[in-house]
Parts: sequence; C-alpha cells; structure tokens
Amino acid sequence: MLTVETLGVTAGGAALLEDISAALMPGRVTAIVGPNGAGKSTLLDCLTGLRAPDGGRVLLDGAPLAALGASERAKRVGYLPQDAPLHWNITVRALVALGRFPHGDARGDMGRLAIDRAMRDLGLDPFADRLAGALSGGERARVMLARVLAGEPDWILADEPLAALDLSHRYALMALLRGIAARGVGIVLVAHDLALAATYADDALLLDHGRLIAAGPVAEVLTPERLGPVFGVAFDWVRADDGTRLLVSSAGTRHGRAES
Amino acid sequence: MNRMAKIALLVLGVALAFVLALIAGKVWVPLWGLAAGDPRGVIMMELRLPRALLGLTIGAGLGLSGAALQGYTRNPLADPAILGISALAALGAVSAIFLGLGASTGSVAVCAMAGAALAVLLLGALAGRSASAVAFVLAGTVLSSLAGALIALLITLAPNPFATSEIMSWLMGALTDRGWLELEIALPLVLAGALLMRTQARALDVLTLGESVARSLGLDLRRLQGVMALAIALIVGGSVAVTGIVGFVGLIVPHLLRPWFGEEPSRLLLPSALGGALLVLVADSLVRLVPGAGELRLGVAMALIGAPFFFALLLRWRGGLA
Repeated sequence: MLTVETLGVTAGGAALLEDISAALMPGRVTAIVGPNGAGKSTLLDCLTGLRAPDGGRVLLDGAPLAALGASERAKRVGYLPQDAPLHWNITVRALVALGRFPHGDARGDMGRLAIDRAMRDLGLDPFADRLAGALSGGERARVMLARVLAGEPDWILADEPLAALDLSHRYALMALLRGIAARGVGIVLVAHDLALAATYADDALLLDHGRLIAAGPVAEVLTPERLGPVFGVAFDWVRADDGTRLLVSSAGTRHGRAES
Repeated sequence: MNRMAKIALLVLGVALAFVLALIAGKVWVPLWGLAAGDPRGVIMMELRLPRALLGLTIGAGLGLSGAALQGYTRNPLADPAILGISALAALGAVSAIFLGLGASTGSVAVCAMAGAALAVLLLGALAGRSASAVAFVLAGTVLSSLAGALIALLITLAPNPFATSEIMSWLMGALTDRGWLELEIALPLVLAGALLMRTQARALDVLTLGESVARSLGLDLRRLQGVMALAIALIVGGSVAVTGIVGFVGLIVPHLLRPWFGEEPSRLLLPSALGGALLVLVADSLVRLVPGAGELRLGVAMALIGAPFFFALLLRWRGGLA
C-alpha cells in the first residue's frame, strides 16, 4: 500500500500541496484528477520520491519512502513521465533494458528474462532492433511502458501518459495498464481526460489548488456535484441508449460512463 | 558484423598504426632496425617507442573522455578541449611551473588534474544541469578563452626568454621529444581514469532518457558528477600535463564510430578509446612526415582536421539531421 500522510509542498512561498492524506491500493488503477495547477504532478513526484515533501511523508507498505535507498526505491516504484526525452537514438531493446538499471542485471539472466517478458507483453518483439527515435507516438508510448515494466516494480506511477496519444492509442494504453493492475501492480496516473479516468480507473483523487477535495472509488469522486465546482464547468448525467449513465459537461463533452 | 568483430578490427587498426608510429619519420626505420647491432634500433627504442606508447595512451584517454562527456552532457558537441577542460588543465600545469607551486613533474600533473576537475564542476555551474548543447559549448568557450589568456599572462609575467614558444607548446600540444618519463606519469593516471569511467557506463546510458527518469531509476546525479569530474581530471589532467592541449580527438572519434557501434553511450566507450588511440598514432606519424626542418605540432594537426569536422557537424545540426 502506498500511503501519504499530511503531505505538504511549498515553492517560493506558495503552497503547491496542503495537508494531503490518502491511501492507494495495489492491484487498482488510481487516477489523480484536477484542473491545471491543482498539484497533480507535484503529488506524483512526491509519490515517486523524486521530490521530498516539505511536510508529511509518503509510506510504502508502512515504511517511509524517504528512508529507502535510491535503488531499492527504484526497484519498487516505476515512473513513467509524460514525455521523456530520447537523447540518443538507441534500439527498442536497449531502451527497455534501461528499466533494469536499479537491479544492475540488464545483461544477466534475470534481467534478460524480465526484459523479454516486458517486450512480449507489449507486443514489441518485432521492434526489438528498431531505433526508438523512428517509432510513432503510440509505439514509443508502449516502449516507454515496457521500460518501466522491465524493472518489475510493485507500483507504476505515470504522469499524463496519454497526453501525446490519439484516442485509439489512449484506450489501448489504458487497457494495458488495467491488465497490469490485474496482476497486482498498483497503477497511479495523472489524468486530464476525465472520460478515460471514469472508464478505466478504479479510484480517483480529486485535487484543487493543492488540496484533496475527494478520494475514493471513481463512481463516488467523479460526479457532477464534485467536479462542477472544481473545474468551473457544469457536469450532468445523461442516460445512453444501452441504459448506462454518461457524465457530460455543459459543452456537451462525454466524460465517461457509470453503471446505472 | 557483430560487435566483437568490429572491436577486433579496431584493435588491428591500432596495432598497425602503432607499427607505423615506430617506423615513420624523417628517418624511415624498418622493423628489422630493432635487430641487435643496428644503430637505428636506438631511434626506435629510445625515441619512437615511448612516443608511440604515449600517443596510444593519451589518444585512448581523449577518445574515451570525449565519448563519456558526450554521454554525460547528452551533447554530441562535447570534447575535453571544446568544453575548456583541457585549457583549465593546462592552466593548472602552467601555474605549477611558473608560480613555483612545485617543480616536479608529479606536482605539475596534480595541478593539471585539479584544473580539469575544476572545469567539469564549473561547466556544471555555468551551463546548468539540464543545459542545452549550445549552452555547454558557450560555457566551454568562455573557460577556454579565459584559461588561454591566463596561461599567456602567467608565462609572460614569469622571467622567461622563451615565452612565446612556451605559450604555443601548451595551447597546441605535441608528442615531440616526449619519452619514458612522461609515459610513466600519464599512463597510470589515464588508466585509473578509464577504469573509474567504466564503472559509470550504465549510468551514462540511463541519462539517455533525461534526468527525471534517471533519478527515478535510482541514479545519484551528484555522485555521478563527482565520479565523472574525477575520471575526466585523471585522464585529461594526466594527458595535458605531459603533452599540452590536443583538441578534437574526443569530438571526432565518437561521431565516426556511432554509425558503427550505435548511440548507446556505454557501447561507445571502448571503441572510442581504441579509435582515439588510432587517430592520434596516425596523426602523430603524419606530423613527422611534413617536409621542413621542424615538425608540425600534433595539436595543430588535430585542429586542422578537427575544426572543419566541427564545422560540418554544426551545419548538419542546423539542418536538423544530427
């Protein structure tokens, strides 16, 4: 379990996060949602250990994350950034192998098995010797996820992994993440797309101005009553032909469905 | 061709270049000149052999440090000389000699290493950690110019009738008249730096995905910077202390080898060391063949080859191809 206790982060006198407490469950997909500037990425950075909070703490299975050594933490918590640079045009396999860095066995037997498995899971075998710089956005997203999977972490924390993807690739990636969560890995992602969050996530944390507005199952958090004031847009339920309820904003955008 | 075969080919190239360095010069000496009783054996054993070994050592060191610096800064324009590291090492050496900080060759090498380490740390401060390639090169230009001016100032201020030639010999390095003594200083330092750098090979690979991902994978950036500064200091300081500045080796070699060995930084380190040795041995053999009374300085030759190469790289960059 990944727990945050009274987490606070300040920068230049302004509070980026204030008094956040929540418990994230392994084997589930948790979406962190909120408008721009709500503190979503800051919270994710604290959860990965990339940023030390100014107050409160993050606990991984009851032990403070800050007390873990860097490579021990890296073995257990994988981080998938929004748009990682690719400074050298290396092969897909070499890139996926970087995920074994904390284990130090990319060229050892254990490491090779993990790399092979991650490549196979994401259907990357045909790409192994291709150069990562020549891939399309959707293929690159899969390679980056395979890099995280190769490290066999207990947790995968993703910062807007969908931002650069078109709709079909977004659905495909979310389905992949669901499959990974089904194996017991905890998935936490910062999501701008409320439709995807409502459809694919189990739980949600709703942030606004650095404060936690609501936390819990998506059906309870992503509701018109909660989202409206936070995003400053009216949301409503509409009933679809098949009987499910759809969350829509006043502009008529669909924001996901809930079982009726 | 697999990687081992390519490396074997490079080793063969280095071996041939080494033989060339033994036999080529104003006086061509065939290998059987080494036979007992042949007076030409003295030229080979006492002059050319240590010089060739020194060329091999500093060439390997400069090629390796170029590849490592390019990986570390994620910057294909990085090179110890272009980034001003060699110039600060030379300044350190000149300070030791002309300010009387120590007359022994050992203390000259230590001061050169201190200069090189200072340069790596200053570059980090000047260019910032996530700096662009251009910012690094600009910071290097500042360091180079300043160190070059200070070298000239120090040498001019010191009571020295050979000031001009001394300045030149530091800024445009050479292997001329270097012998076993210089090799004894440079070889252990370069070797120690190379071994140290080898421990960071995978860390350089991880930086391919930027610093956030590298940190999330457990890489300690401060420690890496410290180890890199020390390794570069050992190699570049050790080289510059005995030969002066020899530029562009570290720029050219990784570029030529990337299409052959791929761009992964760890996979370029050994080939770049071999390529650097090959390039310096061939270049140092050629400078002895230039007609005239004296010989062309190795630093001049490398600049003549390297500057157009650098220029071509910039043009390719401008075209967005690099």
